[in-house]
Amino acid sequence: MIQEHCRIQSVEEIAPNIFELSFVSQAISAQVLPGQFVNIRVEDSLLPLLRRPFSLFSVDAPVVSIIFNAIGIGTKLLSQKKPGGTLDIIGPLGNGVFPLDDEGFATALLVAGGLGVASFPFLTSRLSETRNILTFVGARTTSNVIRIGLKNIQIATDDGSEGFHGTVVELFKAFINEQSVPTPRIYSCGPMPMMRAVAQIAKEKNIPCYVALECEMACGIGLCQGCPVESTMDDKKYNLVCKDGPVFEARKVNF
Amino acid sequence: MNESFSLRAVPFRNRVFVASGTFGYGDEVAELVDLDELGGILTKSLSLKPRDGNPPPRITETASGMLNSIGLANIGVHKFIAEKIPKLESYSCAVIANIAASSVEEYCSVLELLDPLKRVDGFEINVSCPNVKEGGLSFGTDLAKVALITKELRKRTQKPLIIKLTPNVTHISEFARAAEAEGADAVSVINTLIGMAVNINTRKPRISTTTGGLSGPAIKPVALAKVYEVHKSVKIPIIGVGGISTWEDAVEFFLVGASAVQVGTANFINPAIGIGIAKGIAQYCERNSIDDVAELVGSLRADTKLSVIQSWL
Repeated sequence: MIQEHCRIQSVEEIAPNIFELSFVSQAISAQVLPGQFVNIRVEDSLLPLLRRPFSLFSVDAPVVSIIFNAIGIGTKLLSQKKPGGTLDIIGPLGNGVFPLDDEGFATALLVAGGLGVASFPFLTSRLSETRNILTFVGARTTSNVIRIGLKNIQIATDDGSEGFHGTVVELFKAFINEQSVPTPRIYSCGPMPMMRAVAQIAKEKNIPCYVALECEMACGIGLCQGCPVESTMDDKKYNLVCKDGPVFEARKVNF
Repeated sequence: MNESFSLRAVPFRNRVFVASGTFGYGDEVAELVDLDELGGILTKSLSLKPRDGNPPPRITETASGMLNSIGLANIGVHKFIAEKIPKLESYSCAVIANIAASSVEEYCSVLELLDPLKRVDGFEINVSCPNVKEGGLSFGTDLAKVALITKELRKRTQKPLIIKLTPNVTHISEFARAAEAEGADAVSVINTLIGMAVNINTRKPRISTTTGGLSGPAIKPVALAKVYEVHKSVKIPIIGVGGISTWEDAVEFFLVGASAVQVGTANFINPAIGIGIAKGIAQYCERNSIDDVAELVGSLRADTKLSVIQSWL
């Protein structure tokens, strides 16, 4: 974990109102693991007051990038940043990460809803070459589909403008019911109801499943205790998304 | 230039502390912050048994501040002693244990467990948490209860005893006087203000308990006024807390009567900010030929007429 003023390299609109912001950090790019996040001070201001957490979209040392939908006060300001400026960033954060190299799985099934796809290009780049990676991406409409850095993509759109007409959960469920994949493992990120449904499928099919959770946070490092997620385990009622996650085994999350 | 401060002969390196609930138990941020450059650490509130805390969502950002309803989630005093005290042994900064409880007996039990420990330099008593059903504010808004809790704890420790007061009362100075009368060594002024935020699309409150505690720069003017009020009422030191994010904020608190300050919400944004604030205070004193930060305490020139322009700009 380091705190650094990082130089912004570029800010690009990669889809309607979806931006990729890249910045330079030798230390963060060297340390970060798939699923971890950075906490960004958008402005030295009273509003937004708190940092904003983002998982990393791409890592190409010393440059790393995030993607976001410019919908809130923090993300709108970030979308207007100019290359050459700096951002106060703390990271990499999170102890729960996407497991990469455990023995006994050959197929990685990546299931993303909306901008939950953000951490998957980096995950894809770090999954061993020997893994078969199948990616399921859900979006509202075709122009919102993010494909950069992903492998073997199947798409679901709410409006049917591309791929399967429906949700990514329906697409994924149909796939898993029809196809037999050798020793699969699921990685998922997206809205809570979507991850809940993916976790349910994983449970029924007895497939190991890892989910990356999102939560409003103040500190990102466990100080404020502000980002609890209910646990199914007996040892404690809540885990913190920032410190214990953001990636959890789906069976340990009480959706 | 003397920055130091003491309570009951317990010395503190400087007058900038980190507020309870905003700095964990210290060890979590040791990677980013040299703890020994702080005046001291106020631990996350400790209760006798571990507390899970409130359901999510627990926090939300508001204009210049944040609302929280953590509900005193903590590891409990036994785990603190077993796991956190050994980690704190590697640092020399003062450690003030903050205690929260739902009965007078629980406050006493927690304090008695901690009092023999060398690494615990003193106690801050949370009688003012707005986010728990039992104890918390129901104690902090009851004059007799605050007096009783102070009295019972005073009997049980020779270490500094600080009572953290709530602003959610009509006259906070009455509570400060009650604490002083029963032997408190200092009062912390203020805990969070009860606040609320609503999502107009879902028509739901933004935090799970509907109302929560407001903190951050938004509450600084309230905190200053409360410190000013208390300063006129008691002789014991006041530890000013509420929205301090810069050294200038801290100096304002000294001027209205705080002998020391706590940095809270600002730690979430920059965990090392307390150190920067302590340095800023020292530089301010040096620039103004002040030999001891104590000279600033209560030195407000409230009798002087302000020019309108000066007070506005």
